Amino acid sequence: MGGLDAGPVARTEHTFEPWENKTDAIVRLLSNPKSGPLMRIDELRRGIEDMGPGIYDELTYYERWIASVANVLIEKGVIHVDELGRKLEEVKARHTPASSPEH
Amino acid sequence: MSHDHPHHHDHDHDHDHPDPHAPRKDLEDTPPTYHQALADAVAELLIEKGVFTGGDLRNTIEYMQGRTPELGAKITARAWVDPAFKAKLLTNAKEAAAEIGIDTGPAPLLVMENTPDVHNVIVCTLCSCYPVFLLGKSPDWYKSREYRSRVVRDPRTVLSEFGTDIAPQREVRVHDSTADMRYMILPMRPEGTDGMDETQLAQLVTRDSLIGVIEVSAPA
Repeated sequence: MGGLDAGPVARTEHTFEPWENKTDAIVRLLSNPKSGPLMRIDELRRGIEDMGPGIYDELTYYERWIASVANVLIEKGVIHVDELGRKLEEVKARHTPASSPEH
Repeated sequence: MSHDHPHHHDHDHDHDHPDPHAPRKDLEDTPPTYHQALADAVAELLIEKGVFTGGDLRNTIEYMQGRTPELGAKITARAWVDPAFKAKLLTNAKEAAAEIGIDTGPAPLLVMENTPDVHNVIVCTLCSCYPVFLLGKSPDWYKSREYRSRVVRDPRTVLSEFGTDIAPQREVRVHDSTADMRYMILPMRPEGTDGMDETQLAQLVTRDSLIGVIEVSAPA
């Protein structure tokens, strides 16, 4: 996007949430030569660019990262789309009212 | 300027602290967003497959939380007081930083020196490459469409939005980072700091001056 038109720079900052720090760490571990590397930073970027400009602007920074990681790992056969689906349900189930008496 | 230390709560300035002793809703009690759940799911699958361990993940999170602009500031102050260190920093930043116990990370790093004739500033137009090992995670504006689009074409205007007016006769160089090359700026030591020691000098150096969007000013 270098050289394109855009408005003034809004000098925003935010405190990173635990899941953002986790996503950052996943990418660091996957791109570390010690893991192969299983996924390079260029592949992370390619995965983000594949989303297209519409989704790019809808997602936050680390949302784009984790979505790209999941897609690239599925593409490379490191994880399977079905097992990711099952694991997502498992994660969500931990947060349902049944497991949380406060709700 | 670290954002990553929730335990270092600074009570001098008042945000919204209704009652510090009120029962706090645990984070776990709020249903995760899709992407939050995705981060957990991906992490757990990779741990189950033995790609890394839970310990690796925790250690990496903690290590990265310890990377703050204080590291870049320490390098800068040393370069200001030690010409031999500065010469090495500008030719082999990784080795120079290692001499004072600072890890610059896996990517190659170049340190660009600001002089009375040249002002340098960094960006990553492709994505968000940043000297994270020396400055911590980048601020949101560094990753914004606005900064990345405009600083390469009209750096003087973007710099003036940060309150930095570069004299017309001074050259502005913009360094576009990639996954294979990171940059950090060595700002100019401000006038009137001759009596200051290295520790005091380091305290003058801000994150934004190491990105190159502002210059270091002498204490008022």
